[in-house]
Amino acid sequence: MAGKATVGILAMQGAFIEHEQAIKSCGAKSLQVRRAQDLREIDALIIPGGESTTMGKLLEQFNLLEEIKFQAEQGMPMWGTCAGMILMAKEIENSDQIRLGLMNIEVKRNAYGRQVESFETALEVKDIGITRAVFIRAPYVQKVWGDAQVLASYEDKIVMVRENHLLATAFHPELTTKKEIPEYFLQMIK
Amino acid sequence: MAEKGSLKVKTGLAQMLKGGVIMDVTTAEQAKIAEAAGACAVMALERVPADIRAAGGIARMADPTIIMQIMEAVTIPVMAKCRIGHFVEAQILQSLGIDYIDESEVLTPADDKYHVNKNEFTVPFVCGARNLGEALRRIGEGAAMIRTKGEPGTGNVVEAVRHIRQVNDEIRWVSNLPKDELMTAAKELQAPYELVLQVAKLKRLPVVNFAAGGIATPADAALMMQLGCDGIFVGSGIFKSGDPAKRAKSIVAATTYYNDPQVLAEVSRDLGEPMVGIDISTIRPEERMQERGW
Repeated sequence: MAGKATVGILAMQGAFIEHEQAIKSCGAKSLQVRRAQDLREIDALIIPGGESTTMGKLLEQFNLLEEIKFQAEQGMPMWGTCAGMILMAKEIENSDQIRLGLMNIEVKRNAYGRQVESFETALEVKDIGITRAVFIRAPYVQKVWGDAQVLASYEDKIVMVRENHLLATAFHPELTTKKEIPEYFLQMIK
Repeated sequence: MAEKGSLKVKTGLAQMLKGGVIMDVTTAEQAKIAEAAGACAVMALERVPADIRAAGGIARMADPTIIMQIMEAVTIPVMAKCRIGHFVEAQILQSLGIDYIDESEVLTPADDKYHVNKNEFTVPFVCGARNLGEALRRIGEGAAMIRTKGEPGTGNVVEAVRHIRQVNDEIRWVSNLPKDELMTAAKELQAPYELVLQVAKLKRLPVVNFAAGGIATPADAALMMQLGCDGIFVGSGIFKSGDPAKRAKSIVAATTYYNDPQVLAEVSRDLGEPMVGIDISTIRPEERMQERGW
């Protein structure tokens, strides 16, 4: 199925073109999602990195927030990177910002500090192995509950979580040439 | 081991800002208005370019107190400007923990020949450019992001349009040259050869390229996006207008829906007074900020 799947990339703001290129390089089709009706054309959705507050406001203003929540409840596979992870979290430390609130995780925004603390590193991911991880003003996960399973930690902080058909990474696989994580997500599309 | 300040980490933040609007702010309250309107970052300044232009004299890096108040007021990235070539202002801004430095022609240049060696810094830099050669010289010095210069503080988009068209024309030209002509192209562009090779291969700049300098309306923002810019800086255009919060929100929406005239029509309605614009021909050439930079 993965080869024929159409993966929607939420294109409100942020690094959506990078995700589109990564998905195409894995042999799947992609579609930029800006309208609620675009959600009917896709088999899975990626919520990219960018500014979570910017994306949240646009999702609400253009009536995508409830539609995406509905699709997630119906079982559509979704993957959020960085800001996408923040939007997918049910709990965000010290924030009442607009969110999708799909996953049983609590995230801390800008958890590593400001831009001068941004970094890249090798990272071991469960079932995948060693990959390259780029953290940009990144969040991390402080707590998981329910069905949420930790797939990777960096220096004791949770940075990758899967909860059934939902995937979240604090880092940016789309900024590297490594395909392991996009391919892992494509495998989640039945 | 964790690697900080790498080129990937520096250019990565610019990639996260794409499709967004970076707004000039001079107080913590303005920063909060910008964040609430959906800005993807703010530029902390003492005065917006229109006021710098009106005041005359020497424009310098903002007081660190103002910058820190703005950093504490919002969770989005905060940028600040240093003067062209003023590497000590850049060192100070880096020590404050600013997220991006704009080595900017809006401030009075501190060096009439040389820019900051931006490769030496952990914090990333954005620089203005009017053409491909200028953009590639700045990238060669370590800039991780480029923006058009436009003519700041005018509310007049014509110079930003001229600059993005110039860069696009030169990218098309370079992309169509056979490889054996690229060294001479680099010589003509006054640009580093290795970067000219990259542009020819990528058919675009190797870093993110935003629009700046004169953007005042949602339609201006969408125009620059349709011309191929990756995102928008708005300087004086928001807080020199009649209803900054509403205008800011509509420019954010226009930057996302830049290809959707129905949305653009909707968000362009009832915005109140735009900033008063300036015809470029009334500004003497020696007073044009875009002439600054080498």
